[in-house]
Amino acid sequence: MLNKIKRILIELGGIHRFVMRFFRELVRPPYEFKEIIKQCYEVGWKSLPLISLTGFITGIVFTNQSRPSLAEFGATSWLPALISIAIIRALAPLVTALIASGKVGSQIGAELGSMKVTEQIDAMEVSGTNPFKFLVVSRVLATTITIPILSLYTACVGLLGAYLSVNQHESTSFVVYFSQVFEAVSYLDIFSLVLKAVVFGYTIGIVGCYQGYNSSKGTEGVGKAANWAVVMSMFLIFVEEILIVQIIQGMRT
Amino acid sequence: MVNEREHIDQHTKVITVKGVSKSFGDLDVLRGVDLHLFKGENLVVLGRSGTGKSVLIKLISGLLKPDTGTIEVLGEPVDELDEKALQLLRLKIGFSFQSSALYDSMTVRENLEFPLVRNKRHLSRNEINSEVEDVLDAVGLLHTIGQMPSELSGGQRKRIGIARTLILRPEIMLYDEPTAGLDPITCIEINGLINEVQEKYKTSSIIITHDLACAKSVGDRIVMLLDGSFERGGSFDEIFDTNDERVKPFYDYNFII
Ligand SMILES: Nc1ncnc2c1ncn2[C@@H]1O[C@H](COP(=O)(O)OP(=O)(O)OP(=O)(O)O)[C@@H](O)[C@H]1O
Ligand SMILES: [Mg+2]
Repeated sequence: MLNKIKRILIELGGIHRFVMRFFRELVRPPYEFKEIIKQCYEVGWKSLPLISLTGFITGIVFTNQSRPSLAEFGATSWLPALISIAIIRALAPLVTALIASGKVGSQIGAELGSMKVTEQIDAMEVSGTNPFKFLVVSRVLATTITIPILSLYTACVGLLGAYLSVNQHESTSFVVYFSQVFEAVSYLDIFSLVLKAVVFGYTIGIVGCYQGYNSSKGTEGVGKAANWAVVMSMFLIFVEEILIVQIIQGMRT
Repeated sequence: MVNEREHIDQHTKVITVKGVSKSFGDLDVLRGVDLHLFKGENLVVLGRSGTGKSVLIKLISGLLKPDTGTIEVLGEPVDELDEKALQLLRLKIGFSFQSSALYDSMTVRENLEFPLVRNKRHLSRNEINSEVEDVLDAVGLLHTIGQMPSELSGGQRKRIGIARTLILRPEIMLYDEPTAGLDPITCIEINGLINEVQEKYKTSSIIITHDLACAKSVGDRIVMLLDGSFERGGSFDEIFDTNDERVKPFYDYNFII
């Protein structure tokens, strides 16, 4: 356990340098638009089925679990407000990010890792293409752009799932449900959702790329890269979640 | 001492390596290496596994930086160039990797197009297609154009890798163990290919290998990397006219057993 924490701290130093290089390469032309769009498709579109399912189920389960507590006070009419705040402020970005770090982060780590150990990254470099820009910058931008969009989508799907449950038990109509949902949610909540998702998306991309790009020789290195991409990005996502919530709370008052 | 072949221009050095050392942590891999390559020459580098042969050509192509010493390629100091100048220089150097290093998410055609599309943006679709077919034909693998690298054999991958470097018409070719792990017939084909490339595209080449048959059939001159530097150099017969215990086994293993 102690070893793991030490490893994480050492990695953070390496990630810091990697991040600096990312910003240097990001602003310098040429820009790899085609590759960025391709990666957005890879990250966003291919995660849709899993995200849809998870978002929907989260909405239903959360509603069903919250109902008894509210029912004790005879306050089940507050359900839509409670659900919408929970989903938009906390659940949607977090669930999306955790799923994406498992699916997308590990995939990026494994892909770049195997390119590294089979010398494909070197081959790219000697044939006149900057591999950092082509592989890393495009992937990090793709996750930073798509995770917020996916999070908003997850929120919608989650609210729909919750509606199914509310409609069944409290027979609230669609219109009433959503007007209550939107009444409870402020612009700041939406802003915080997007802000978190941007930070999470960036984290997933940069950690996955960092692990893959620096993976050690051999197929074992590729497995480790994928594994560490998930462990590190989940760890960082929780830390960032706590920090951002503090900041947003400060803005609320 | 050099095989006098007419294609070698003994007055022009395309690569000059002087006093180059390289260590990784505590491991001193290269200790003061001197090396030169004449225009049009095929230079073979022999050496045991782990002596730093791959490191040497990675230094030459600027993938690694030397700790000390200088490396000049086509008159330019590789270790001092900025990124842009290095990229331009690299277009004149073809690097055939030990592991072939084909992009495994792309088809053979896309692999070959990659360097072209990215470096020569003015080319039309037709020009690109004909270039691709041209080099693929030169390595005798035109029929694999639509396949993925995972569907190819090791020898085919090696040849596609060589084709991918040829497509930019390099002046210098660096081959890292082109025949390692291949059957004798495929080895002979690869050796033939290296010689053909040299004749057709007028390249100067460094060929790294353990395979003496390869060394003998393609090498104009041979140098041997021993304990971090080049101690022996010359023609095939000169190299092995010795009782040095570090050199003899290479010959014995390949020709006596
Ligand atoms: N990037 C690197 N980081 C750390 N050590 C390295 C690196 N590249 C090479 N080495 C070490 O340098 C030594 C020489 O490696 P190199 O790949 O050049 O050997 P080689 O002569 O090509 O051997 P082989 O014939 O097996 O390919 C090895 O011990 C290797 O572990
Ligand atoms: Mg090697």
